[in-house]
Amino acid sequence: MYGLQIAFKNFTPAKGYLGSDWVGFKHFNKFFNSYHFWTLLKNTLFLSIYHLIVSFPFPIFLALVLNYTPFHKLKKITQTVTYAPYFISMVVMVGMMFVFFLPTTGIVNVVIRSLGKETIDFLGDPKMFRHMYVWSGIWQSTGWSSIIYIATLASVSPELHEASIVDGANKFQRIWYIDIPSILPTAVIILILNAGRIMNVGFEKTFLMQTASNLSRSEVISTYVYKVGIMGVQYSYAAAIGLFNNVINFSVLLIVNKISNKVADSGLW
Amino acid sequence: MDCGKGGNVMSLRTGKGKEDTFFDIIVAIIAIIALIVTLYPLYFIVIASISDPNAVLLGDVILLPKGINFVGYKYIFEEQKIWLGYRNTIFYTVVGTLFGVTVTLLAGYALSRKDLIGRNVIMKIMVFTMFFNGGLIPTYMVVSSLNLVNNPLVLIILGSVWVYNIIITRTFFQSTLPEEMREAAFIDGCGNLRFFISIAIPLSKAIVAVISLFYAVGHWNSYFNALIYITKKELHPLQLILRELLIQGQSLVTNMDSSEMESLIERERIAQAIKYGVIIVSTLPVIIAYPLLQKYFVKGVMIGSIKG
Repeated sequence: MYGLQIAFKNFTPAKGYLGSDWVGFKHFNKFFNSYHFWTLLKNTLFLSIYHLIVSFPFPIFLALVLNYTPFHKLKKITQTVTYAPYFISMVVMVGMMFVFFLPTTGIVNVVIRSLGKETIDFLGDPKMFRHMYVWSGIWQSTGWSSIIYIATLASVSPELHEASIVDGANKFQRIWYIDIPSILPTAVIILILNAGRIMNVGFEKTFLMQTASNLSRSEVISTYVYKVGIMGVQYSYAAAIGLFNNVINFSVLLIVNKISNKVADSGLW
Repeated sequence: MDCGKGGNVMSLRTGKGKEDTFFDIIVAIIAIIALIVTLYPLYFIVIASISDPNAVLLGDVILLPKGINFVGYKYIFEEQKIWLGYRNTIFYTVVGTLFGVTVTLLAGYALSRKDLIGRNVIMKIMVFTMFFNGGLIPTYMVVSSLNLVNNPLVLIILGSVWVYNIIITRTFFQSTLPEEMREAAFIDGCGNLRFFISIAIPLSKAIVAVISLFYAVGHWNSYFNALIYITKKELHPLQLILRELLIQGQSLVTNMDSSEMESLIERERIAQAIKYGVIIVSTLPVIIAYPLLQKYFVKGVMIGSIKG
């Protein structure tokens, strides 16, 4: 983190960290005034908020379903299979999306064409980018994220359920009045953690999914930092953008944590 | 878990089982849908990789492979680049995991000891790095000033120790190694090192398995550090080579004798078959290991969640 100072300097490798001149907030101002700024910020926030909201309920739903699956075998198999995609590497994951969704040879479009509809360019069309990103993420990580909820559900006291059965509650009522309230604290903590990463749209996946034609939606702050800094060798400018990103992230984490401490009486600290 | 039992109790006592039977059916259907939605894409890759590429392109391969054909695999096995990547990845994974596990166990042990001076401060600093860091560029500057660019060491050291793993290791040590046990051992003349090696580690095989697995999968699947810090092709891990093949659409077929390949379309078809095959070949180790090790992964998440 010592290297962070270059965000406030005109860094040139010849002069080193200490020798480079201080320029204050010059790089930050340059970024805020550049015409990329609003597009990048919008792309980053839309993508991550969309992902945050849509991906939140699925693991809870899956955990409840698995918890109430009547056949033990079915439960075990579904658990094993739904955890598995989490271990597929991002490269292979995006590679799979490419082989499935390419306009020419992708199997999905082969099927779409055979149904007499028009080819959809899932990977090139900027409008499709966010949906592809978010829903492939749900496919990949819902199972894994559900583990923690399954564990929480297993620790709900059986007496609560027995008492409610005696009182004539059906399973739906038991989910609503017993299970949901007991996983709520866990859900809140997970939501805070995810909110703290709101500006950290996963570089790894976004970068791989970028195509020349979807850049208008898929260029986010982290990929821009990579392009400006590593490819373009504008170290100080890129470091300033990265720092801006991290400060926002950290502040969001602090704010969300504070709110949840007040409202739900539970938080990270 | 309790639902089967609960259902019985209810139908016995109240005879109001009808809506719960309905509920069970709905739940089972949803579980089966989740199962199919997750499994089918993976299954499709497998059958497509061993089918005739033309049949795949025509959409004939839906449930079963058609015209069993290993043309994709033929090219893959002849391709040096993939095996070089494989070798590199195995090296990075084995060495990186050993390094990461060693450091994590040592750090976890030290932090589990209540008599460590400054324990809370160290913990706080480490947790802080989970949420805040210098960012890509400052990290890059540090790596390059240490002359680690294009050095395989960077893939082994950088990001090789995860704070999350240290926390779960610490939690595990705290719950399996009571203070009294250590005191007793120390009275018998056992030192820290001996206690760590002969008592702490043998009692903690489960946590060693969990963190080794997390690290190994992490190394096997990572491409980011290699993308940034390794520009030499011969040091590239498998994932970067996969990226070229699968995503940037580099074709293995183009190097082949062009008289063999009749047309561009034929090439395109074989390129597609190669992609399916490459996905299988690269993911195979994880797929084989996964069912055997699944319980450890789950255990890891559980231990992590206790801490909250």
